[in-house]
This record gives sequence, C-alpha cells and structure tokens, in this order.
Amino acid sequence: MEMAPQFFRHGPSLLARLVFFVMLSLLLMAADTRFKYLPEIRQAFSIIIYPLQKLANTPSTAYDAISEFFASRHLTVENEELKQQHLIVQGQLQQLQALEAENVQLRKLLETSQRLESKAVMAEILHVPRDPFNRKVILDKGSQSGIQPGQVVVDDVGVVGQITRTSPWLSEVTLLTDKDHSVPVQVVRNGLRSVVSGTGKDGTLELRYVAVNTDIEEGDMLVTSGIDGVYPPGLPVAVVSKIERNPTYVFAQVTCTPAAGVGHYRQLLVLSLLIPVTETKNPEEATESKPEGKKRDKIGIR
Amino acid sequence: MAFADYPKQEILRPVKGSFIFLSLMAALLLNLLPLKGTALTLCPDFIALTILYWCINQPQRVGMSTAFSMGLLMDIGNASTFGQHALSYSIMAFVALLFHRRLHNFGSLKQAPQMGLILLTEQSIMLLTWLLDGSNVPGWNFFIASATGTVLWPLFSSLLRMPQRPRSDSNAL
Repeated sequence: MEMAPQFFRHGPSLLARLVFFVMLSLLLMAADTRFKYLPEIRQAFSIIIYPLQKLANTPSTAYDAISEFFASRHLTVENEELKQQHLIVQGQLQQLQALEAENVQLRKLLETSQRLESKAVMAEILHVPRDPFNRKVILDKGSQSGIQPGQVVVDDVGVVGQITRTSPWLSEVTLLTDKDHSVPVQVVRNGLRSVVSGTGKDGTLELRYVAVNTDIEEGDMLVTSGIDGVYPPGLPVAVVSKIERNPTYVFAQVTCTPAAGVGHYRQLLVLSLLIPVTETKNPEEATESKPEGKKRDKIGIR
Repeated sequence: MAFADYPKQEILRPVKGSFIFLSLMAALLLNLLPLKGTALTLCPDFIALTILYWCINQPQRVGMSTAFSMGLLMDIGNASTFGQHALSYSIMAFVALLFHRRLHNFGSLKQAPQMGLILLTEQSIMLLTWLLDGSNVPGWNFFIASATGTVLWPLFSSLLRMPQRPRSDSNAL
C-alpha cells in the first residue's frame, strides 16, 4: 500500500485471473474424483470448517435441550411406561440369551465361523448438504472416535448408508440413495439375492437386472445378505414398492423405498467394521463352501 | 435517465477488512445451517450473495481469489467434489467484476433482477459440473434458491451497507 495508491494497482487482467482460477478448480476436481490425491488437504480444510459447523448446529441442539427440559415434567409417567417396557424386554432378552447360547453351541457343532458381535458408535447428523445431487450427510464424529471409511450406518429401522470419508472430528455418510451406492440384499420371503442400487433421487432405490419372471412381489422386504463382508447380514434395507414387468424387456423394473428415514432422526448408529473372513484352514471346506455361495449369488443377481 | 438519481447516493464510510471477513464467515455459517426439506430448497446461497455484494462494492479488495477460497471451504462443508463450488463462485465473481461499474450505479432494488441472472449463471455452472459427474437432472425447484436470492438481495445489501452508513452526528457542530 505504501508503494502506490491502491487505485492504480490492478494486477493481472480479469480474464487472465478467470482462466487461472478455472484451470485450478478443474485441476482440483480431476485430482479429487479421478486420482483421490487430496484427502490430507480436505482434512486440513475440514478442521477450519468444523467449529463453524458446530456453531451452525447450536440452535438445533439448544432447541433439543429446551424441549427436553420441558418434557421432563412428564418424566414420572414416562418412567413408569419405560419400567414396564423394560420388564417385557428383559423377558425377551432372557429368551434371546438362551437362544444365543444355543446358537453358539450349534455353530460350534457345525464348526462354522461365529457371527461377529458388532459394536456401535452413536453419532449425530451435523449437516445435510444443500444440493439436491449430493446424497450425503455429515456426522459429528470422526476418526478420533474410531470411525473408519467403510463402516455401516443404521438408524432404528434399517440401513442408512456407509461412511465414505473421515476427518478427525467429522465423517461423511454416503446414503443408500446415492447413485453410485449399492448394497447386496436378500428378499426375506424367499431368500432371493440381488443388489439394490441408489438412483440419486430422494426415497427411491432400484433392483437392477431382475428377470421379468423372477419371484418378487410388491411389499417384499429386502434385508442385507451379508455376502459382501461389509454389511452385517439381516439389516432391513428397503421395501419393494413398484414392479413393472414388460415382457418386451429382458429385465423387470423394480423400485423400492428405503426402510430407514434419514430425515426423521438426528441420531444414527455407526456399526463397527466387519473383519474380513479369513481363509479357512482345511482346504476341503473352502472348496465346498465357495462355489455354492457363488452359485446362489448368480441366481440372485439374475 | 437512469443516472438522474445518482447524486442522491450517500457517500459511505470506508469498509473495514475485518467486517468483510466477518460477513463472509457469517455467510458460511448460514450456509452450513442444518436445514431440511422445503427450508433447504428455499434457502439462498448466502456465500454467493455476500461475494456478489463485495465484488460490486469493493472490487479492489474482494475478487476472484476470495470467491475461489470460499468455494473451497464450501466444498468441504458440503461434501462435494473439491473445486466444484470454487469453479462456480469464481466464474460468478468474474461476471460481477466485469459489470461492477454498471451495477454500482443502480439502487439495490434495480440490482436485484440482475443479481438473479448472475446467481442463475452460478447455479447453471454448478449443475453442469454435477451433470459431468454423472448425476441426474434435478427438478425445476433446484433454481428456486436463486429466485429467493433475488428477492432477498435488497434486504441483504442494505444489511451489509449498514456499518458503512455515515454517522448521523457527523454534520453536527
């Protein structure tokens, strides 16, 4: 400012600056999507933005706290109800424990791998991106709380999505409805396996490559099949809402609605990562079990 | 003539750099509010509005580099591809800088429709980058945000001008 009055300093021309910034942003976009070079830079930026996101979230957390305070007047009634519910659930749990023990024993007898007990981390939705294209939400816990990319996110009804990016205090969840997201599923009614994929639209999923004569009906419940080693088996994913069978096409058009509603709750559960299944020691078992799984898989996809 | 009312414009006090920074941060905060549903579609892009205001009124201090870095921050906040918002904001800032002398002569009410067009350009660039990424074409309500931005512009610009208003007692004595 001492050298010349600000009025006379112009720097490079407007068009040159435009070209520079456009090239730079195109380069960044290419580096981010194609080559995945930038996780560190993204993390650095997210540390700047984290306090702002927290601050932006304070009104809603304050509202929650206040409504909780006013709700506490009904606590005695709620307490009574909860006690009753607790008793009922306790009874069911005792049964479950017995069943679980039995299950463990039976599995031992069969010498199969035991189902993993999954631990879970509770996280809150901090921010929903504003573009209609972006099927993602941002959670308020990150790698500091032990969250890793690839973990499954569920709410109380079913699968919500998968963690795709983490920073120390934040993590990004790609929702089921994202167009690049697919989940291996199984129809509860008949065990048919398939893969459900997002469409990029709110509240619609689709089963691709389902033959016209496949046994699938409207209202069928789809749960995770667990064959991918990412999603634990048996989590509700979607309900088949509409089937269009046009005999002129090879595949039927199956639309589903996701079971979980991301818009309803702010709390989500992040399940721990499944440990990849290790190779079984005796080769006979491995050769026996593998082809079967593949065959079923193929039938399901068809 | 359009310039007939030009001398009526009041002479503003110089803008503090800290105020520009603060306004940009506040806009970022507003953009990061956890909104849902219709509120989200109605909500204008506050960062775009703030950048536009400063590009028109303080072109020497806020330019494309500010727009670019705000875009990068917004990309992180929005979990989109790195550089997407940066691209659209810097092109928007370019358009605003190109026309800033002309736009500066209009009152904020007359500026509003022109701001609407610039915001629409920004959103179209955004849409284009998303389409290149392979997204579906969204519904028409994607563009509502620039319409609300247009409607809010007079209010918004008068709000940003408030700290620069001359003090009422400056003529006393």
